[in-house]
Amino acid sequence: MPSTSHALEASDLVKTYPAGRKKPPVRALDGLTFAVPEGVVLGLLGPNGAGKSTTVKILTTLSRADSGTATVAGFDVVKQQNDVRQAIGYVPQKSSSDPMATGVENLVLSGRIYGLSRQEAVRRAAELLERFDLTEAGGRQVRTYSGGMQRKLDVALGLVHRPRVLFLDEPTTGLDPEARADLWNEVERLSDNEGLTVLLTTHYLEEADRLADQLAIVDHGQVVAEGTPEALKAELRGDSVQVELVDADVDGNVRRLLGHLPGIGEIVVDGNTLRARVDRGATAVPAVLGALEEKAIPVTAVTVSRPSLDDVYLQYTGRSFRAAENTVGQVEGSAA
Amino acid sequence: MATITANPARTTGTARRGGLVSQTGYITGRWLRAQYRSPALIAFTLVQPAIWLLLFGQLFKGVVALPGFGDSSYIAFLTPGIVMMTALMTSGWAGTTFIADMERGVMDRMLTSPVRRGALMAGQLISNGTTTVIQTIIVFAIGIAAGARYDGGAVGYLVTIVASMLVGTAFGSLSNAVALLTRQQEALIGIFQFVSLPLTFLSSIMLDLELAPHWVQVAARYNPVDWAAVAARQALSADPDWSSVARHGLYLAAFTLIVGYLSTRAFRTYQRSV
Ligand SMILES: Nc1ncnc2c1ncn2[C@@H]1O[C@H](COP(=O)(O)OP(=O)(O)OP(=O)(O)O)[C@@H](O)[C@H]1O
Ligand SMILES: [Mg+2]
Repeated sequence: MPSTSHALEASDLVKTYPAGRKKPPVRALDGLTFAVPEGVVLGLLGPNGAGKSTTVKILTTLSRADSGTATVAGFDVVKQQNDVRQAIGYVPQKSSSDPMATGVENLVLSGRIYGLSRQEAVRRAAELLERFDLTEAGGRQVRTYSGGMQRKLDVALGLVHRPRVLFLDEPTTGLDPEARADLWNEVERLSDNEGLTVLLTTHYLEEADRLADQLAIVDHGQVVAEGTPEALKAELRGDSVQVELVDADVDGNVRRLLGHLPGIGEIVVDGNTLRARVDRGATAVPAVLGALEEKAIPVTAVTVSRPSLDDVYLQYTGRSFRAAENTVGQVEGSAA
Repeated sequence: MATITANPARTTGTARRGGLVSQTGYITGRWLRAQYRSPALIAFTLVQPAIWLLLFGQLFKGVVALPGFGDSSYIAFLTPGIVMMTALMTSGWAGTTFIADMERGVMDRMLTSPVRRGALMAGQLISNGTTTVIQTIIVFAIGIAAGARYDGGAVGYLVTIVASMLVGTAFGSLSNAVALLTRQQEALIGIFQFVSLPLTFLSSIMLDLELAPHWVQVAARYNPVDWAAVAARQALSADPDWSSVARHGLYLAAFTLIVGYLSTRAFRTYQRSV
């Protein structure tokens, strides 16, 4: 097995969608580039509309880039479409099972399409149903399944033909915590024991932190940061200070107040919680508390932590994503 | 339990791809299962032609006295027309299955699998064709119960069934194509209603064209639904003009093939827009 080969490689992908008459086209991908070796779980992280699904659609041969190239399992997604299709499993963001068919019928049909014999397909269907805890529901029409059951079936459908690369577009959205943990274990197992390469898009930082060997943060159709979760966190200097207020900072007074303190970076407000990136937690906390006390602003708790993936995400997407409402970037000087 | 392995033999060359026929078989199976799980739907699509057949049959009873009908009864004239109309109307809905697939991720999953586009199209159309056959037989049964008689015999019925299936397949694939291009239920239904009305009335479905204005006669000459009605009526008559049956049948078959091919190309347009 050539270990140097990349299981996934995207190079300078550009994709535009027409946005209706007299409007400039939407640039969904704007020079997106990344490369992942075999057996790695790549997490694509980014705000809504960042271009995650578009990337997946191009790599799975569903859609075609305006320009740029990409290979999957060593095959060109345009010139060797058929080889790519045989090598991949795709779990779209939307549920991809036929609601009128039973779970077994869905799986068997998929197996047959990928060239399994009837016998193999039936055996494989039973195997996957068991693995995803759906054996009992296997004979029922999918429209009678709960959302979580359907999502599990979607993933099973992506695995029927034992793909080498699996694309999971927000696989755990709508799953309860237990089902989510199950799916995480399953993905981990497939990647660790069987060398499956996985591209996973998600909005859950916890999921990315737990599953992804490598992360690519996507924003405005570009990869704005790339690396292992640890490396990305380590790259961020300083600490993260979290202030729980008794009353929500509705008019932005607290944010403004803290924004003027020295050594404080971006501040993000989320309900009663303020998060600030600071140079040094040890010196920032007394300053923050002092400032709040001076203005008699009641506080429930203050915590200092090393940067989390949250902070990484904000660092790279926050300014553009939530700048208008939430972020006071000292760098941008928008505090005043 | 057996362990699930993700990496079987590595394929390095061009992947083997299932044949068009076997793939079409799998896809057909899928639609047939869905179809016969809701037979109420077929029953429902039969109500309309039954009503037309009986209503028009009554309404135009006196038409038989008009020139152009010979001594045949109007219901015998009308039945093959209603057969074609039913095939047209029912297959207009074919595309809604594609839209349902697109609204879920089924279409996207299929299109990233090694399945051929031709199989996706043909499988759905074959299943649609079985509905057409059933409907054709039932409409005939109603017609005969209402008094229609044919001298043409088995070949006549066979020609009618084949012609109705061609109408169903041609317009079913058009409906699928419109579904792929518009991706909207409303647009599909709107367009189909807009198209099906002239197709029905600029034809000999209800009335012998000799009674119609000249421009309608000209329009009907280019109407595939009329080709089917004419071929069926000829084949069912006592002394069929086989050259007319063959000519109209050939037009219809050619039309179906061309439309089927073009519709399969619509997958590309869909993929360009997702
Ligand atoms: N079929 C389409 N037609 C038109 N525009 C599209 C289409 N698909 C995506 N877009 C646009 O392209 C951009 C990127 O969309 P994409 O679906 O890739 O985002 P995403 O990162 O997957 O977002 P989310 O997290 O919400 O799923 C968005 O601005 C979106 O509106
Ligand atoms: Mg998405």
